[in-house]
Amino acid sequence: MTTAYPRRWRRPPQIVPDRRWRIGLQLLILAYLVLAVGSVEVDWTRVAEGLVRGQRFAMGFLQPDFTSRWTDIRQGLIESLTMTLTATVVGVLISVPIGIGAARNLAPPPVYLVCRSIVAVSRSLQEIIIAIFLVAMFGFGPFAGFLTLSFASIGFIAKLLADDIEEIDASQAEAIRATGASWWQLVHYAIQPQVMPRLIGLSLYRLDINFRESSVIGIVGAGGIGATLNTAIDRYEYDSAGAILLIIIAIVMVVEYSSSYLRKFLQ
Amino acid sequence: MSDANPFYRETSHRKPGSRPGEPRHYSQIWTFRTPHTRLAMWVGWLALVALFVYCWQVMNANTMWVFVNDTPSQAADLGSRMLPPSLGYLPELLPPLWDTLNIATLGTLGGVIMAVPVAFLAARNTTPSIAFVRPIALFIIVTSRSINSLIWALLLVAMIGPGILAGIVAIALRSIGFVGKLLYEAIEETDARQIEAVTATGAGRAQVLNYGIVPQVMPAFWGISVFRWDINIRESTILGLVGAGGIGLKLQASINTLAWPQVSTILIVILATVIFSEWVSARVRHAIL
Repeated sequence: MTTAYPRRWRRPPQIVPDRRWRIGLQLLILAYLVLAVGSVEVDWTRVAEGLVRGQRFAMGFLQPDFTSRWTDIRQGLIESLTMTLTATVVGVLISVPIGIGAARNLAPPPVYLVCRSIVAVSRSLQEIIIAIFLVAMFGFGPFAGFLTLSFASIGFIAKLLADDIEEIDASQAEAIRATGASWWQLVHYAIQPQVMPRLIGLSLYRLDINFRESSVIGIVGAGGIGATLNTAIDRYEYDSAGAILLIIIAIVMVVEYSSSYLRKFLQ
Repeated sequence: MSDANPFYRETSHRKPGSRPGEPRHYSQIWTFRTPHTRLAMWVGWLALVALFVYCWQVMNANTMWVFVNDTPSQAADLGSRMLPPSLGYLPELLPPLWDTLNIATLGTLGGVIMAVPVAFLAARNTTPSIAFVRPIALFIIVTSRSINSLIWALLLVAMIGPGILAGIVAIALRSIGFVGKLLYEAIEETDARQIEAVTATGAGRAQVLNYGIVPQVMPAFWGISVFRWDINIRESTILGLVGAGGIGLKLQASINTLAWPQVSTILIVILATVIFSEWVSARVRHAIL
């Protein structure tokens, strides 16, 4: 007896090989989607009105108005840029010791635990939530924003730096250790050369992120271009809002390109 | 001559009888860097410090140091108001939590659906035209990436009114850039030999995409989507601050009414949600990749 092989080739499933699991998962997803879409309440007349406004915004984006609110925009930009730079520098300075402390191969267990928990706290809180509290404590203005961004940078850089230190080539550290080097010398001659390019890359990347975040935390009063943008949108001045957004996009692009260039140059 | 061995300092005296090209005299002390590099690094650091000080001055020109100075008492006051968290408030948080989950999930879904064509148009090996279509796709990606989801939400709330829909659309628009960028990089990194093999069977363009490229980027695609979903859960918890639905609405209401015990309850719920979503995403990515 010959088994009837299928005449046509069928593509084997890639993700979930078991047929029963696949069907079950698909049913679950379908059920969730029905429930989720059902629970979204949409006021369609309001949306239809909104489309007209959307058109006005698109027009504002195409014909941005840089001049009439220029003093506000300029002030916001200066705050954003200075805040970004100072916060990145301070964030990196603080996160280097924390990152070294959070590396399992360099730090004793108690230090490791303390540093990892600092990282976890900093990473799990949204910038904007931190900003709300810091504004309540330190008052309005870019100083609160600077503190927010520094705090958020610590979690980001310290975590990635620690992960990088844990993955270094152990034989080089071993070689330095074999010369009788102290802990500081070990960090300086074995660890630092291996992680420095990555640390520079991370810092530049964080600079980019901090600028983007600085355009948001102004919404809760922490200074920067976000406050200006919020006001422009609240007043339905879409041409000014479009101008601000275009400036943000341009600066992000410039920062991104120059940081990738700088990284290539430094390595 | 001087760059013959960068790790040794030279003195100005050449030993009699040494050949040209050979360092004149090896220093007895090993140094980590050449004097030239050290000088360059020193100048670089100095420039950075100067820039930092200048920015610090400009930034704090209008800072009210009075407010900064009484921070400890403010913090203690805030802390005493926030503790203990009011646990009786928890049941009220469940519907907005469900909304938050929906904003993140449906937003990710929408974002991924829009990001896939953009990614294929942006990838060098699948785009119909490198000179014309690719820059447009890249511009879409950059635009979506550089505008934070909160700003998207701000715009959309102003346009289509407050509610979950604004949140979903904001998350979707923000996700296009992230998913699009990572996906187009994955597409560009596909193995050309497999694509060539499929092409050699006489497959058309669509068939090459379907059988040559899609199977290769599928794991990356699922990984990226789940990763973005995780980030979106985080972001959707705060979209309510500008009126775009979810648990952020409750946060905003509690802050506005100075109900600090409720605020701390909400923060605990947000933290738990974020940790949960991170766990789910890590598990799923681990299973796929």
